[in-house]
Amino acid sequence: MNKNKDERLKDLKESDTLMSAMTDQQKHDLPHTIQNRKAPIYLDYQATTPTDPRVVEKMLPFFSEQFGNPHSRSHFFGWEAEDAVEIAREQIASIIGANPKEVIFTSGATESNNLAIKGVAQFYKEKKNHIVTVVTEHKCVLDSCRHLEQDGFDVTYLPVQPNGLIDLDELRNTITDKTAIVSVMGVNNEIGVIQPLKEIGAICREKGTFFHTDCAQAVGKIPLDVEEMNIDLMSISGHKIYGPMGIGALYVRRRPRVRLVPMINGGGQERGMRSGTLPTPLCVGLGEACAIAEKEMGAENERLRRLRDRMYQSIVGRLPEVYLNGDMDQRIPGNLNISFAFVEGEGLMMGIKDLAVSSGSACTSASLEPSYVLRALGVDVEMAHTSLRIGFGRFTTEEEVDDAVETIIKEVERLREMSPLWEMHNEGIDISSIEWAEH
Amino acid sequence: MAYSDKVIDHYEKPRNVGTMDKNDVSVGTGLVGAPACGDVMKLQIKVSEDGIIEDAKFKTFGCGSAIASSSLITEWVKGKTIDEAGSIKNTQIAEELALPPVKIHCSVLAEDAIKAAISDYKTKKGA
Repeated sequence: MNKNKDERLKDLKESDTLMSAMTDQQKHDLPHTIQNRKAPIYLDYQATTPTDPRVVEKMLPFFSEQFGNPHSRSHFFGWEAEDAVEIAREQIASIIGANPKEVIFTSGATESNNLAIKGVAQFYKEKKNHIVTVVTEHKCVLDSCRHLEQDGFDVTYLPVQPNGLIDLDELRNTITDKTAIVSVMGVNNEIGVIQPLKEIGAICREKGTFFHTDCAQAVGKIPLDVEEMNIDLMSISGHKIYGPMGIGALYVRRRPRVRLVPMINGGGQERGMRSGTLPTPLCVGLGEACAIAEKEMGAENERLRRLRDRMYQSIVGRLPEVYLNGDMDQRIPGNLNISFAFVEGEGLMMGIKDLAVSSGSACTSASLEPSYVLRALGVDVEMAHTSLRIGFGRFTTEEEVDDAVETIIKEVERLREMSPLWEMHNEGIDISSIEWAEH
Repeated sequence: MAYSDKVIDHYEKPRNVGTMDKNDVSVGTGLVGAPACGDVMKLQIKVSEDGIIEDAKFKTFGCGSAIASSSLITEWVKGKTIDEAGSIKNTQIAEELALPPVKIHCSVLAEDAIKAAISDYKTKKGA
């Protein structure tokens, strides 16, 4: 923990140096949000994670020293790059209990999810035309399914319970002999809840359908074992686990064999499932990120749980009308998703601008709709507008958590004093009984 | 999202936050917006015997632009007649605060709020 803190301080000093090296004019030209930033605290680890310096160090030689094409079979440059890629493949396989031959490199979890769902559906379409997924999946899973619907596939979108988890009996009843694939995420990106993967895998195996799981937010956060959990395909992301952006992987089971139609055609790399020259430094980075996560997960989860509980207890202890979204127990330790009733999320984020968090409020999304994940839990639209997602990770310190708590509480109290809804609530008026003019 | 300096100023130092007695016949109250849409504004005006707005107060649930729009309009309407206040256009608010297109609805809400407050005052006065 001390080492992480030191590393963080070093990073901050370097960024200070960068600022002081700028002329006043250059500083003036910076976006307002950066000019006003005093000591920004990063609490958005579900959006992305910084690449661990140990990962960067492993990657660097593969840019300009060991730069060979890992698919060049005829000379040393190719061989050394290939060796590095194969070590990375083993590191990735190891953290999920797979055989390295079952790991396919991709550009990220979005591509992995597309390839898994569309690839399997297209391959088996003569016999099977049904797909099962969940309403709270990531957009790339849902959108892949929508495209398959346009191609004539039937898709069942399972609802979730108020805690964010699926009902296993409902899953069992939904699967038919026409179901080609079931896709259920391991950990939700907004609310951090962990789906019962082992139970889902057992049901899929019993019913004779493939089980795909988007584990972008799960790898390195929860123990995963593709054998024990009967997982047939698993999507992995680099930048969610302190690896680089632009790299991911797809686990594809060999026995019993899962077959899929490739999305990208070409030289037939990655067992023909994903053509294209492998980016050696990125593959090495993803491998190292997995190796570190596998080694440190136990202790790190304990540390994060303490930080997370410290924040949550402080907030609920000092602020009334605060609600946790998603199950507290079946949840990764690095996530909180909280609705601060009567305070609009975007307004709140403006007040806590030194904290990098995200909001389920409509105003922060391109669609101008509040979070579909929170809505799927049955959270009222107005409560969805008041939510913040707070993500903790490897470089979060206790001081940062304490600072964040004070900032959030102070700002929620200030905005509530300004909120007509808070005033009405305190007068005992039921806000849902009022006929609001929707606009 | 880049906010203009004026929006930030009103957000950080909002003018005229508060509540007046809504049962007072000289007070008009406008409550517009909806929690489900992410913004609700309550605007109150206190009108003198000769039809001049002596005081204005607001409370707003919403983003920074919504808070700034309501704060600004309370400043503008003070000292105006109710007719003058009722003729304030949302475009004037949007221009003053340099609101981006996605935030224009915040200025519309502020215009609606002052109109609703005036209408409430007139109803009470007429009754």
